[in-house]
Amino acid sequence: MKRRDFVKIFGLASGGLILGCNVSSDKLMVNSLEDGISFVPNLFIQLQKDGKVTIVVTRSEMGQGIRTSMASAIADEMEADWNFVSVKQATGDVKFGDQNTDGSRSIRTLLHPMRKMGAMAKIILEKTAAKKWNVSQSECKAENHYVIHVKSNQKLFFGDLVDEARKIAIPNENELTLKQKKDFKYIGKNLKSIDIKDFTTGKAIYGLDARLPNMKFAAITRCPVTYGTVKNYDDSDAKSIFGVEKVVKLDPLKPSVGEQFFGMLGGVAVVASNTWSAFQGKNNLDIEWNFSENESYDSSSFNDTLVKRVEKQAKVVPPSKGNVEKAFKEGNQVVEATYSMPHLAHAPMEVPNAVAWFQDQKCEVWAPVQNPQSVRAEIARFFELELENVTVNVTLLGGAFGRKSKADFVIEAVVLSKEVKAPVQVVWSREDDIQNGFYHAQSAQYFKGSLDKNGDVTGWLYRAAFPSITSLFKPMSDYVAGFELGMGFNNLPYQIDNIQIENAKAESHVRIGWLRSVSNIISGFGVNSFVDELAVASGKDGIDFRLNLIGKDREIKKRFQHTFSSARLKNVLLKVKKLSNWGKELPNGHGMGVALHYSFYSYVASVVEVSVINNKVKVENIYSIIDCGLYVNKDNVINQMEGAAIFGMSIALYGKISMKNGAVEQSNFHDYQMTRIKDAPNIKIEIIDNDQEPTGVGEPGVPPIATAICNAIFNATGKRIRKLPLLEHGMV
Amino acid sequence: MKTLSINGKSYQIDVPDSMPLLWAIRDIIGLTGTKFGCGVAQCGACSILINGVSVRSCSTQVSQAIGKEVTTIEGSSPNLEYLRKAWEEINVPQCGYCQSGQLISATALLDSSENPTDEDIDRMMNGNICRCGTYTRIRKAIHRAVELKNEKL
Repeated sequence: MKRRDFVKIFGLASGGLILGCNVSSDKLMVNSLEDGISFVPNLFIQLQKDGKVTIVVTRSEMGQGIRTSMASAIADEMEADWNFVSVKQATGDVKFGDQNTDGSRSIRTLLHPMRKMGAMAKIILEKTAAKKWNVSQSECKAENHYVIHVKSNQKLFFGDLVDEARKIAIPNENELTLKQKKDFKYIGKNLKSIDIKDFTTGKAIYGLDARLPNMKFAAITRCPVTYGTVKNYDDSDAKSIFGVEKVVKLDPLKPSVGEQFFGMLGGVAVVASNTWSAFQGKNNLDIEWNFSENESYDSSSFNDTLVKRVEKQAKVVPPSKGNVEKAFKEGNQVVEATYSMPHLAHAPMEVPNAVAWFQDQKCEVWAPVQNPQSVRAEIARFFELELENVTVNVTLLGGAFGRKSKADFVIEAVVLSKEVKAPVQVVWSREDDIQNGFYHAQSAQYFKGSLDKNGDVTGWLYRAAFPSITSLFKPMSDYVAGFELGMGFNNLPYQIDNIQIENAKAESHVRIGWLRSVSNIISGFGVNSFVDELAVASGKDGIDFRLNLIGKDREIKKRFQHTFSSARLKNVLLKVKKLSNWGKELPNGHGMGVALHYSFYSYVASVVEVSVINNKVKVENIYSIIDCGLYVNKDNVINQMEGAAIFGMSIALYGKISMKNGAVEQSNFHDYQMTRIKDAPNIKIEIIDNDQEPTGVGEPGVPPIATAICNAIFNATGKRIRKLPLLEHGMV
Repeated sequence: MKTLSINGKSYQIDVPDSMPLLWAIRDIIGLTGTKFGCGVAQCGACSILINGVSVRSCSTQVSQAIGKEVTTIEGSSPNLEYLRKAWEEINVPQCGYCQSGQLISATALLDSSENPTDEDIDRMMNGNICRCGTYTRIRKAIHRAVELKNEKL
């Protein structure tokens, strides 16, 4: 491909030095994007004559700070001055490698290649300066956007080296030296968000802010029962509303079995000149539905069904070991408990929305999506377009939490744009978001454990049931998938001789979708609550009991995964003990609870202090420690962990979506409540400093919170919470 | 035709009286800094100031702003500028979406209270949801804005 084509495709300014590398191949070749190059790079830096450095960010920004982190990692190794650095958001394109922004994976998969890219840029600039001065490269040192000739103290500005740098042969990878940790300027330090000024002045552009000339606004009424369809409808009232232009019936679009696409639910759309008119039109539609078989779904009675199923023998899954029955028979004490948690909705502050412009067998989209490549492929598939005729522009995401991985809202916009032959923005109302979403699975978990006379755990039976995410793609997937079990069910960090893990059946009657931390929300609550019950039964201190349960120092290596280290898990627990002043004397009505969880390869332990007065819970303090290996932006990791604490509180205090006759009973923030500032406790976060491989940050802080709150309530009152949320216990 | 005065500028719009200000501002006038979050005055994302008073623009009709001065996040006021600076120093936002509303509510707070306590902040800001959970930073940043203001005086 020609250089100018690259510049065009990636939306870069013309001119300048452009470096690219391919992070998907085994070897991290960095290349200069000059004419005639044959490889396909997916990470880019451009340096222009005015010194401006542009870094193409391939992951979606949804509040996790990735635009800042990616840019700063490259800038650090490059010795670029942060004031010259800006970012350009990539469109969805396989050329960029994996762009799927979920699973807390961006930094852990990209940090190393990004650093190499930066180091390559630096070495090229040093070589260029050396050539200009006719000195050895070893006498030249890049520092803060200049190359310095150490002996003579001459300086050359990065921008002034661009033309010559383009002629320099790309150095071999073995010439690269990455910085020592002590030399980092940005990595591991505190950087403000690169978008901070846009955030505080209203200039930041989210999906909902995308505007095209002659754009129409659309709102859609979808069937309250999942997969129900329109029988007939009367749009005469809707059409009389100011601004309403057209009413369109949408048939559902369903992917074939096994396709990893989401399609759309269908319904009746109102297209108007502004959002309010579209909403008004929608509220004035009279629709008769064909409810699907999901009409029978009652989530409350299904919870009873799941509880019954986990309290009976179920399907045994690996890695069960030893003989739990024998352990229970010989145990000094046997403890049993059943926990249940409801469905949850993502409720990002920015509702699902998308702009699409379909014309001449081409389609361009502007949308807040977590996985733009999958959206592009899905549009090409459903509308029978060539992939290169589909462009997915990624805006900022006003929160996502997994909801914007599932871009049914984009498909809706494309259908409508095609129908009305104009750009269309589909806007979900908050009621649509709460009632037609993809829901975190409701769950039941049963545990049985035995303790010997020393209070050590000898047997562990863990039976879980919750509808699987797989059911989205393959109907009748009534058991959870391996990747779900791997989130805290069959990878217990505890050393117990006799373990049996079982999975009971759970059908899905709504669209099940991943939500921040996914199944770790379930296992984190169940496992930590039950360990707390065992600790209480043993009579030992909660943290001592857990340290002992984690057992001796050991490492577990698995292919394609980071190594699990029990020592690192114990370390976060010891650190949170200190940070929280665990065991300190507490005022009357106060209690402390602890929890730990290993997820997305990171180690987190949290202690929560609550007060319970007149059966009302107030979360007073949250302390969390995370070991996520080498981290990029310290303040951002702290911000993520603080946010995870608040997110976990929402789950514990308020989180419940319920369905009756197949329809969601909640509708907006008055009945699907969020943690508000009045609830917000003091939060203290510490990050472990080490040189381990980078691991996840966005999600791992969530799982310990709800359970630590409940453990603290037990500590304060002796009342054990086995069913969330606390709202249902009259405690908030 | 109706005339709205927003951030010191006049806009002529032709919409029904009952249209919520939020949509007139976003879809008709084209200032997109004011955000839609819930449509029923539950989340505060759409907060604006009308004659200095914080209101939820999703639930306030266009007719209620005629002849008055509207301030949105694109506008400016002395307290809003201190708050912006503090927001940047403390690096408050995550996704940033709710922060327009947070800053507007905080401006109304500082306009009416010289040195708010945590309780004052919680009372005033409780109507503004942040799903990312930046509340402890919001508290800190409001206190910091007061400091910045006092340093100037």
